Amino acid sequence: MKAAALSKRERPEVSIRQSAFGIRNSPVPTVDQVMVEERAASFAKRSIKTSAKLAGLKMAVSMCDLTTLEGKDTPGKVAYLCRKALQPIEAKYNVPNCAAVCVYPNMVKYARKFLGDVSPVNIAAVATGFPSGQYPLRTKLEEVRRTVADGADEIDMVIDRCAFLAGDHAKVFDEIAATKEACGPAHLKVILETGELVTYDNVRLASEIAMQAGGDFIKTSTGKVSPAATMPVTLVMLEAIRDYFFATGIRIGMKPAGGIRTSKQALAYLVMVKETLGDDWLNPQMFRFGASTLVNDVLMQIVKNVEGNYQGSDYFSLP
Amino acid sequence: MKTKLKPVKLSAKRAVAASTHAVVPLKERRLNFGSKWDFAPAPEESKNYVIAPQHELFIDGKFVAPSTGKYFDSINPATEEKLTEIALGNDQDVDRAVKAARRAYDKVWGKMPGRERGKYLFRIARIIQEKMRELAVLESMDGGKPIKETRDVDLPIVAAHFFYHAGWADKLQYAFPGGRQPRPLGVVGQIIPWNFPLLMAAWKIAPAIACGNTVVIKPSKTTSLTLVRLAQIFQEAGLPDGVVNVITGVGGTGDAIVRHPDINKIAFTGSTEIGKQLAQITAGTGKKLTLELGGKAANIVFEDAPIDQAIEGVIAGIYFNMGHVCCAGSRLLVQESIYTKVVSKLRDRIQTLRLGNPLDKNTDIGAINNKPQLEKIRELVQCGVAEGAELVQSSCALPAKGYWYPPTFLTGVTASHRVAQEEIFGPVLSVMTFRTPEEAFERANNTPYGLSAGVWTDKGSKIFKIVNKLRAGVVWANTFNKFDPTSPFGGYKESGFGREGGVQGLGAYCRLD
Repeated sequence: MKAAALSKRERPEVSIRQSAFGIRNSPVPTVDQVMVEERAASFAKRSIKTSAKLAGLKMAVSMCDLTTLEGKDTPGKVAYLCRKALQPIEAKYNVPNCAAVCVYPNMVKYARKFLGDVSPVNIAAVATGFPSGQYPLRTKLEEVRRTVADGADEIDMVIDRCAFLAGDHAKVFDEIAATKEACGPAHLKVILETGELVTYDNVRLASEIAMQAGGDFIKTSTGKVSPAATMPVTLVMLEAIRDYFFATGIRIGMKPAGGIRTSKQALAYLVMVKETLGDDWLNPQMFRFGASTLVNDVLMQIVKNVEGNYQGSDYFSLP
Repeated sequence: MKTKLKPVKLSAKRAVAASTHAVVPLKERRLNFGSKWDFAPAPEESKNYVIAPQHELFIDGKFVAPSTGKYFDSINPATEEKLTEIALGNDQDVDRAVKAARRAYDKVWGKMPGRERGKYLFRIARIIQEKMRELAVLESMDGGKPIKETRDVDLPIVAAHFFYHAGWADKLQYAFPGGRQPRPLGVVGQIIPWNFPLLMAAWKIAPAIACGNTVVIKPSKTTSLTLVRLAQIFQEAGLPDGVVNVITGVGGTGDAIVRHPDINKIAFTGSTEIGKQLAQITAGTGKKLTLELGGKAANIVFEDAPIDQAIEGVIAGIYFNMGHVCCAGSRLLVQESIYTKVVSKLRDRIQTLRLGNPLDKNTDIGAINNKPQLEKIRELVQCGVAEGAELVQSSCALPAKGYWYPPTFLTGVTASHRVAQEEIFGPVLSVMTFRTPEEAFERANNTPYGLSAGVWTDKGSKIFKIVNKLRAGVVWANTFNKFDPTSPFGGYKESGFGREGGVQGLGAYCRLD
């Protein structure tokens, strides 16, 4: 359908239909804004109580990519972050470690030094000219290779929104594929920056491109653009993952990032994953939260659940 | 200065080869909606709401015993436990109620300026809002409806109807074109069904009393509790005696209302079968009649529809209120090119519907309202299977006690199947196909009913083309089961006549000079 309007660039090896426009010749489905927002809101209405709440909160901690992405990040700050990810709270609460720490490329070596060569906590690094992606591909790929060499287990790349919005979807595809190749053994998360794509149709199409180009995860946002992750945007991406799974047999992971700060929000996201993709996605291999402040709110609720009353925020160590 | 970059050449094949993804074989590609993270029970608090052991008739502003002295049991369909006893009204009680209503009409309500009547409606609306949680719990216990729906759908719309019509009460002279002055009809007899007990009461009572009529209303036998509770709210609001009278009872009680000579208008919501009888009984009596009857709505999904949202609409269209909805989208018409995909998505989606205790806040599917209805659903589904349709049901466990039916759909249904023609009034969807837009509306209209329809397509022009050809009172585009007091609701053909809600709904309760 839209393929004709795509790209006139010569690329004999890539069939546009296959690459960017849907699986097995069926077009990328459109998304209805009203209904997708209504459906997303319905997950937040689930009432998660007692044992389910505790289990959900612990699961949320285990899925956290504990994040610091600031110009003022230092080895010291990264150490705080790594230690918090390894042991979010005293052992007696039986809370799992976070899935990963997420840092800028220059911080990877410090994180690796702190965590050691073998760690239950992965190191994720944003790359490819994060957050804007407005850099030459050559330097983006070089950045990815060096970051992986420094010890990153996971690369969170940003898509080229310039190319996407200008209609050059093939370029978006090729960059992701090239980044995937540059990642080598590292897992690739593809950040769509949905706040800049704006429409759900764009989100759905970008998800499709990211998955087909080889992304292991698709991720909503950099956290540097507002709005970041929202429930409806994440739902659209989960639905794309679902269709992709049925078409290819490949399970792609999902990472909403930015703006998820409370336990209540986290539980609503988990309900959405449970009821959209099912149990196979309810684990840190397939689902992550990109967040910095979420974890202490979740821990506060866990302690409340166990002890029966709330502790002040000073009882929870800062990442 | 331009640097020429070496273009990255990477084929789709190489990208896939480079990926480390494990590929699940085709046959094992299914979503696993298992028990990895089970929700704990989350029941709505109900023990604070006391249900009296006996409920009387409400006549002339007072709660009075029925002249028969008889009561019948009202049970909770989710547990089969007795909730309370309800007064069995007979024709004498109806006569008392009609006399009270006539008195109230002649002496007070019919003469009262609209701005004064409006105040009572506003007051009722506000009290309903205050007691919303309690009413929602009672509605759930009495009818088997999930608390999620009574809390978020029924009760807010009940209040909205009283608010909306309160606003009309003093503006009726501007409601009709040509400067025609509306006057009330007199005493109105109303008979309402069990699927939305309070909501149907609000749809009927609010416009009737806003326009200056007085009311004798009878709820369905299985769902009387909340209407009697609403009568207490009328008392609390100081509504003048006799303006609304509630006569609980059985079929014969309703018959007495319909046949009463001093009633000016009958408004009925219920089955087409009874509706036809009412048309015969009221013919030639001078009684005005509006009927809101059954339906077999088509939900049309085109291949260019936003498919995941269309699936949600289909689910909401048929499983909302266990399919006990006259405007339920019970016939799914799918464009043949996306039939397999839609069926597979529906199959997955019904697995995530949570069936169980209606008072649990996470329940999506409550109990079937009554035993005869459950038997009717079973019979029709069996018939569908016998006629060759394929049965797809959620594998959810059904509670041991109570009336339950799992979310179900039938595929391979054609227009000649009984399940494509008859109203099932349960959580059962008949899935059929079509090829072209012309065939879609032709098949959609190929039913004796015409209450509602749904259209799903991303193409606006197609929506306008189709909706103009659908013979149905309500057509939803890219949504379903949306109700608002400002929007008229009613049917074509065997789905009845007359409209409820909106300015059109006022016309049913006014005489225009």
